[in-house]
Amino acid sequence: MLKVIQNQILGMQWLKILIGKMLESFGLDIQGKTGASLLFFLYDVIKISILLFVLIFIISYIQSYFPPERSKKIMSRFDGLLAQIIAALLGTVTPFCSCSSIPIFMGFTAAGLPLGVTFSFLISSPMVDLGSLILLASIFGWKLAVTYVIFGLVIAVAGGCVIKHLNMEDQVADFIRNSKAASIELQKPMQNERVKAALDSVCNTLKKVFPYIVAGVAIGAVIHNWIPQLWIVNTLGEKNPFGVVLATVFGIPMYADIFACIPIVESLLTKGALLGVVMSFLMAVIALSLPSIIMLKKAVKPKLLAVFVGICTVGILLSGYLFNALQALLL
Amino acid sequence: MEKFTVKVFGSGCKGCQALHQNVIDAVAEMNISADVQYITDMQKIMESGIMSLPALALNDKLISTGKVLSVSDIKRIIDTTI
Repeated sequence: MLKVIQNQILGMQWLKILIGKMLESFGLDIQGKTGASLLFFLYDVIKISILLFVLIFIISYIQSYFPPERSKKIMSRFDGLLAQIIAALLGTVTPFCSCSSIPIFMGFTAAGLPLGVTFSFLISSPMVDLGSLILLASIFGWKLAVTYVIFGLVIAVAGGCVIKHLNMEDQVADFIRNSKAASIELQKPMQNERVKAALDSVCNTLKKVFPYIVAGVAIGAVIHNWIPQLWIVNTLGEKNPFGVVLATVFGIPMYADIFACIPIVESLLTKGALLGVVMSFLMAVIALSLPSIIMLKKAVKPKLLAVFVGICTVGILLSGYLFNALQALLL
Repeated sequence: MEKFTVKVFGSGCKGCQALHQNVIDAVAEMNISADVQYITDMQKIMESGIMSLPALALNDKLISTGKVLSVSDIKRIIDTTI
């Protein structure tokens, strides 16, 4: 039963067969290079678009129940390690655009939340979220998706703890530390407003992300059919013990939506790249990016920023090697 | 006629600028006299307690946070506020 959900509903194998038959009726050979590329391209773009539509809708709806203001209230009630864990968990459900990172950071800090807790939230928010979980599950299976989430949460909690113990409270920008907390009570939206907001989210995200998806699938198709397997195995596969490092270093300055990365990751995997290498690439791309670091720089001083980036990097590297080690169990 | 103030709180990213532009367009289409301000000063944003950008306030009353409202949404909100 689980396999049916995995293969047909999430994996949409029926779609691949349908497109294959359609292409064949046009006289294309789907076993040949061009035919296979076209099949992969069409199947992946449509599959990802459908997934995106459904996922963003459901997740935006759930997220409408967890605005940052509410997370702030919930997090204020807890102490110590538990607070860190709650922060990491809340980070996964709270909607977060990188341009909100400063107001969120300011709001949490002004409310008196300790630095470690705020950072647990900040680390987990972009890296782990409901959408990523389901997306990964549909492409790679539940075992991998759950492991990814666990690693992400552990990095978030551990990172927060490290920052807590480094006592870097004075590294927060002065204007934030000297502020008084302001609390706003926004009206709770009604059901139809939540649905409308979720639909708006889908349309806006689709518009914004679609070109990236097409680019991602195109790159994936090229990798799939045109890049020699040997090259991939040598740089990203078992022949290269530094594959994880390479992937992480490459991925950090880049930002792409996770939906666009998936086809690239898929192709690399089938061509012999190690699981940990592609996962660390994925994590590096979505967790850290030049725009979000530039934003954060306005709210924290360089030392703390460096610690933040350092912790994320180390966490991603470790996860990468762990994924490599667990590859046989997870895939 | 009473002067309207519309404050758009943003950080300069594309979404925030989009809301600002939509507000300008909405006000122009409705042909009303309004003082549209685009606030990127983090201190002011923090003092208002806003945590998701972009945010919109009408006559100093906070209307929405974290959403890029469309021109028609903004027009509807202004209508119900007048």
